[in-house]
Amino acid sequence: MTRMRAFLATLMLSTPLSVMAAEDPVTTFVLDNGMQVIVVEDHRAPVVQHMVWYRAGSADEPKGASGVAHFLEHLLFKATDKLESGEFSAIVSANGGNDNAFTSYDYTAYYQRIAADRLELMMGMESDRMRNIRLTPANIETERDVIIEERNQRTENSASALFSEQMRAVQYHNHRYGVPVIGWMHEMETLNLDDALSFYEIYYSPNNAILVVSGDATPEGVRELAEKYYGVIPFNPALPERLRTEEPPQTAERRVIFRDARVAQPYVSRSYLAPERDQGAQKEAAALTLLAEILGGGTTSYLTEKLQFDTQVAVYSSVYYRGTSLDDTTFNMIVVPAPGVTLQEAEDAMDVAVASFMKEGVDPAQVERLKKQLRAQQIYARDNVDGIAQRYGSALTTGLTVEDVQAWPEILQAITPEEIMAAAEKVIIPESSVTGWLMKVQEQGQ
Amino acid sequence: MRIFSVLVISFLTVLPAQAEVKIQEVISPGGITAWLVEEPSIPFMALELRFRGGGSLDRPGKRGALNLMTGLLEEGAGDLDSRGFARAVEDLAASFSYNLNSDSLSVSVRFLSESRDDAVALLRSSIVDPNLNESDIERVRGQVFAGLLSDTTDPDAIVGAAFNRMTFGDHPYATDLSGTNESVAALTREDLINAHGDIFAKDRLYVGAVGDITPAELGKLVDELLGGLPETGASQPQAAEVTIEGGVTVVDFDTPQSVALFGHKGIGLEDPDYFAATILNHVLGGGSFESRLMNEVREKRGLTYGVSTFLVPRDHAATYQGQVASANDRIAEAILVIRDEWSKAAEKGVTLEELRNAKTYITGAYPLRFDGNAPIARIMVGMQMIGFPIDYIATRNDRVEAVTLEDVNRVAAELLDADGLQFVVVGKPVGLTTGPLPE
Repeated sequence: MTRMRAFLATLMLSTPLSVMAAEDPVTTFVLDNGMQVIVVEDHRAPVVQHMVWYRAGSADEPKGASGVAHFLEHLLFKATDKLESGEFSAIVSANGGNDNAFTSYDYTAYYQRIAADRLELMMGMESDRMRNIRLTPANIETERDVIIEERNQRTENSASALFSEQMRAVQYHNHRYGVPVIGWMHEMETLNLDDALSFYEIYYSPNNAILVVSGDATPEGVRELAEKYYGVIPFNPALPERLRTEEPPQTAERRVIFRDARVAQPYVSRSYLAPERDQGAQKEAAALTLLAEILGGGTTSYLTEKLQFDTQVAVYSSVYYRGTSLDDTTFNMIVVPAPGVTLQEAEDAMDVAVASFMKEGVDPAQVERLKKQLRAQQIYARDNVDGIAQRYGSALTTGLTVEDVQAWPEILQAITPEEIMAAAEKVIIPESSVTGWLMKVQEQGQ
Repeated sequence: MRIFSVLVISFLTVLPAQAEVKIQEVISPGGITAWLVEEPSIPFMALELRFRGGGSLDRPGKRGALNLMTGLLEEGAGDLDSRGFARAVEDLAASFSYNLNSDSLSVSVRFLSESRDDAVALLRSSIVDPNLNESDIERVRGQVFAGLLSDTTDPDAIVGAAFNRMTFGDHPYATDLSGTNESVAALTREDLINAHGDIFAKDRLYVGAVGDITPAELGKLVDELLGGLPETGASQPQAAEVTIEGGVTVVDFDTPQSVALFGHKGIGLEDPDYFAATILNHVLGGGSFESRLMNEVREKRGLTYGVSTFLVPRDHAATYQGQVASANDRIAEAILVIRDEWSKAAEKGVTLEELRNAKTYITGAYPLRFDGNAPIARIMVGMQMIGFPIDYIATRNDRVEAVTLEDVNRVAAELLDADGLQFVVVGKPVGLTTGPLPE
């Protein structure tokens, strides 16, 4: 949840902390071809982070080609018109920089961290691979093996990762969030050159991208370079509107029993379909963000109190919610039972605790402590401009605007205990829930 | 009036890309040394404390005592119980984090300038006067058991434990600092009090601070925070002998992808050839996408998502290790490729071009580390623990540049021992059995 709690802004707050949030190091503008640019300044060290985010993630993939967004991300490190395969990272490295990329449901992003005077070199290379990759059949075969090993490492080798994957698949009836970002193994094995190139042609264009530069750079300097390298790439008029299938009303409480011989520590996982942050409408997501902290954000949270202090049902419990999402997201709970406590007992204790929370309501003092921490996060955030860059990139690729990002801290501060409880009443309902038990092969739940 | 004096020695360091990290040595009125970078632009500070010895200070038969004690530091102190302490930290919007490894216990802290005094008082109570209540001990002990249980089926944990067991003989490094179910179950409150006394002492303390504070204020702060600690703690462990031999050890575990940890003897930080070894490692397996192993195992053959090597210079032993993970039917091939690269590098060394690229990366990437108050505080503590001079940052890249091709290739021949490389493999690897490496 720290990701959600560290937004930076220029609020006028009524506490002493307000003075400290007065400087806003963020500048935004849009190039003529529609490419959005965010600059987050910090001139304390001569280092920049250069990122390009695409509004294209696994949830934008065509049916049958799960994993292609991530596969393409790997393939962007192969040859372009100007560079040999692997040369991109080699040049970054030979200039003392680090580079990588990541893919999620709603976005794919590429980044380099490097000395500030190499920003132009990075823009030259990153803009080149926005349009000019040159893939060979050999690239496809070898790199497909690599992503299969990546799935082996992240998912197949971990019972809890396989369990989470099943939970999500059951949570979403009609949305691609139910398909893993890395892809289903049987579809990954069939990914080919055409799959990768057609995804590339549709989504990789300046009007579908966001440039985020953080660190020792000025808005004027970034604008000049961005116009030179990205500004010359034509606007793609064929970029499709980002329409996705939506969830129908969820009307059935679901259960997932996942058994695996590799499970040593069984646990109960619960997820509820939940609204996300929407453009101009972030209050409910803000209320859920606070709710997650209050219910299960740490030692002082409600579930921890009920399950680890008042009783010793659990060795660990947690509640989390990630509101930065293009479409409906989830609100999640986990309870790891203490030795001798069955999964059924753990689940029952969790339900009893949540029910009593719904009756008692939130503790206003806890809400105030949380809000104070959120204000402090804005100060701490200024020490990590790359983190601010990350928040803008993920927000702007999930349907939010710069204004939404900047309004978010104020919206969090204005949430009332009543709004938190209203969000809880709406989201914590059995009909939209999935309850999962991660179990040993022979174990009994009762 | 010695009590009011603060000794300040300043060094201005210029990083390759002209970053300035102005480290000052502050000796508090009470005689505690701290390194400080003043950074007044953001109204908070990061403080890093480190106590040498870490989990290796466990007394005989008390494995896991330091770890359990560390877990209890945030569970209440003075008048505050566990939840009261957590609420107090939240009220201050501060963050206290206590971590243990085999060589040190670290306390990583940040707090706002406006609540500095209260934060220091609260932090002090957790370090000097933790409650170690029986009910909290039982709760945290349960968390340790849960972690140990999870480790029993985590391939990464299994392979790490097996490798350490084979490598470090009867030294504490050979065993998990969390302890075993039996050793943790037997720990008493008195054991935890002993563990606390063994580690929290001035003779093993290192302090780094970055943020909105002056040298005089920092001198006062460290005295308030740490002045009450005893002068001495437990004696440090002896050097460990690295006993691992070449070959393959298979730990049978039913999972689709085999996880391998490999390694042999390494090279210590105090060794004059350490930078030559760093460059060698970058070329062989340390430099992410460009290393020879990444190129051979991943880029050319698609055998893995990641293969990497790393120098592990610990206080009492140095190893050179690497890791790779491949599907059960492909791990044998990955291992043979790694072994071949190992012997190739030992025999032929690296090329001049590889040396140059490694140097530009290692020197150019150095400033990227100094990216915030907390990272700088951690780096300064690390420098002190190694015994680097306060102006080390300015000279570090020159030391890298001074390494010659002959140095690297001499070190490659001395350090790399393909026949002495032990591969510990967890999984159902096809074509591999415990014993010598197949040809």
